[in-house]
Amino acid sequence: MTEVATRVVPAAPTGALSGLRVVEMGFAAAGPLVGKYLANFGADVIRVESRLAPDVFRTAYPPFKGGQPGPDRAGMFAFYNDGKRSATLNLKHPKGVLLARELITRADVFIESFTPGTIARLGLDAGSLRAAHPALIVLSSCNQGQTGPHAFHPGYGSQLSALAGFVHLLGEAGSTPVLLYGPYIDYIAVGYGAIAVLAALERRKRTGQGCTIDLSQFEAGLQFLTPTVLEFAANGRIPGRAGNADAVAAPHGVYPCAGLDRWCALSVWTDAEWQRLVAIAPGLEAGLETDLATSAGRRRLRDAVDARIVAWTASRDRDAVVAELRVAGLRAAPVLTISELFSDPQLRHRGMWPEVQHPVIGAMHVMAPPFRLSATPSVQVHPGPMIGADNDHVFGELLGLTDAERSELERDGAFT
Amino acid sequence: MVKVEPPGGEADRFRPPYLSDVASPDGSIPWLAANVNKRGVTCNLESAEGQVLFRRLAAGARVIIETFAPGRLAALGLADAVAHATVVSITPYGQDGPLAATPGSDLEVTAASGSLWLAGEEGKAPVRTSQPQSGYWAGMYGALGALVALQGGEGQRVDVSAQASMTTVHPPAPVWWDIAREEHTRTGPFLLGRSIVGSRFRNIWPCADGHVSFAIQGGAIGRHTGRMLVEWMAERGHAAAALATIDWERFDNSTLTQTQVTELEAEVAPFLRSLTKSEFYAAVVAREMLGYPVGDAADSLADPQLAERWFWQRIAPTDGAPPLPFPGGFALFDGARPAVTRGAPRPGQHNAEVYGELGLDAGELAVLQRAGTV
Repeated sequence: MTEVATRVVPAAPTGALSGLRVVEMGFAAAGPLVGKYLANFGADVIRVESRLAPDVFRTAYPPFKGGQPGPDRAGMFAFYNDGKRSATLNLKHPKGVLLARELITRADVFIESFTPGTIARLGLDAGSLRAAHPALIVLSSCNQGQTGPHAFHPGYGSQLSALAGFVHLLGEAGSTPVLLYGPYIDYIAVGYGAIAVLAALERRKRTGQGCTIDLSQFEAGLQFLTPTVLEFAANGRIPGRAGNADAVAAPHGVYPCAGLDRWCALSVWTDAEWQRLVAIAPGLEAGLETDLATSAGRRRLRDAVDARIVAWTASRDRDAVVAELRVAGLRAAPVLTISELFSDPQLRHRGMWPEVQHPVIGAMHVMAPPFRLSATPSVQVHPGPMIGADNDHVFGELLGLTDAERSELERDGAFT
Repeated sequence: MVKVEPPGGEADRFRPPYLSDVASPDGSIPWLAANVNKRGVTCNLESAEGQVLFRRLAAGARVIIETFAPGRLAALGLADAVAHATVVSITPYGQDGPLAATPGSDLEVTAASGSLWLAGEEGKAPVRTSQPQSGYWAGMYGALGALVALQGGEGQRVDVSAQASMTTVHPPAPVWWDIAREEHTRTGPFLLGRSIVGSRFRNIWPCADGHVSFAIQGGAIGRHTGRMLVEWMAERGHAAAALATIDWERFDNSTLTQTQVTELEAEVAPFLRSLTKSEFYAAVVAREMLGYPVGDAADSLADPQLAERWFWQRIAPTDGAPPLPFPGGFALFDGARPAVTRGAPRPGQHNAEVYGELGLDAGELAVLQRAGTV
């Protein structure tokens, strides 16, 4: 059983983004995780959602608490929307749209990740919002951008990772490619989305002007594949799958250790490192001393070298192998399983998985940002909100609606 | 953005492949990919003169990004030289903690992040993306960390761990463990998606000239995709007995058993094998279906959507070299894409310009050059 990581969350003196108000509409990961990171550093992030059409992370994607679906039982929503508020509105009702517009007018940032054209149809297009509120920053994140011949083609992250070229690079040479498990490219778009919002804020400090940001998740992902395009354009070669081989390091791979599905990663970057490896694993070079003394020779005889390393690791304990290699100054790491991430001493040290309490799910974890700030650290106190949990705060305190006004809007169908 | 390198250039300039396969400090493709739009100076931080020079340069910097082993700047006696700035430190495992001093390359931090565990065929060795990814992730989060820190006042330290960065890339696996105590693992070309009974759906299929990404799915758009698929297959004379029985108005893939999924997929496979990538993409766009070809570098360069949005920008990778396509800025800001305006610097290319801005004249620079400082 894995020991679950916990940490005491210190109260932030002042979050780096405290005072920043963000209104967010969207679904799944690519838009909402931008808001999560902003909330982690103190921004007041209000998710506007609808009970009529809740986020697919609330309804369609397991796991759910106890295996029972429900908008407040959904692990994905709770895990990746920590620190936000939730307010429910009916955006199909004109008064619901008016309230959303009111809310956005009081915000610094509006994030949306619907299909292009959706917010315009709702009457919430960036142009009219910014005409009323020139300092507003609007981030629209979608599959392939707001313009162009494929703007309206539907898609989602796992398949977009294939279009962009990531899938083509994953697997053994000459074999069917494999997937990067999930919607890999979405999380690249999340990072760039947050960067775009903060860069626009930085510019706003100087100019007072807001910004309309059109983020294509496809284009964001391609930033991480620049070398493949350069190699094709310059050298006429299309980079493809190569197993775990590397252009420089040899050996460079993952090797099975004792037990079921236990692996150790190891890479050797210089001839001196190879000699250190041979010193702790005698026999690796037996009979091939001259050939294997250089990285070119080790790359040429890659299969033979890998087979010898497997013979050395296969009956050994993974963590003992890694420890021995690291003591010798070599680059090595265990291939950690997902459950092991929660007990990894280094990730625990960094507070990667803060523990929080969810009203329905109970004790659970959320994910801290992978970077730590010295003076204004991130804070994770609340998991993703229950649907509509902050209606009183948002419509009462923030928009100043009286109980009577709210009752009337409720009867009209502006809320959901 | 000024890049500071040791005299002669940094080690990463010698990572293959190279332009035209000719090894050169200005020709490393992975290095060029990461270094356009910068000016470059050289400075020997090990020497007293170099440290004086660096202090003058650092004094005017708002953000300083460094990738030394933890503690190296302090060991050089330069901690106070950067104290005023937002300092982004990017290392394999972070600035402190049990692994802070442990070296690691892309392979090891990917292994230690769970990301490697999840990629590959079930029962076989995990595999890494053949283009190293962790540097891009850590770099992106470094930029984000710097921008957050700037909002919180000057002088913060931003500690980026490549291991932690790669830990963020594979939801929903951590949630499955945290909420349901299920350990997800590699599934090759299959995805679990919405299934609540553990069925896997093929997402990568061989086609006539490569592979396509497609799946049998639920949800409104997934049902539309299924309905269109049956029509399209009929038009091309492909039998689909099992698919034809589906009521797409009510289809829900989340409860299909693996046997049912496999039966449907057996009908889809020969159809997709009969199509080229471009035939497939044109038809799914026309029919508004979910699905994409499995693209590669050539496909990305020829993509009409990217062309329409002026994504690729051709510039000389270094001064005087033939132009190559680089990605333009990652988003459109008020309709404009931030441009790639400058190739990557040769070692010390902007010494005179940048150090001149600090007030050094040609004579002083020549002295530093003779001493090996720049």
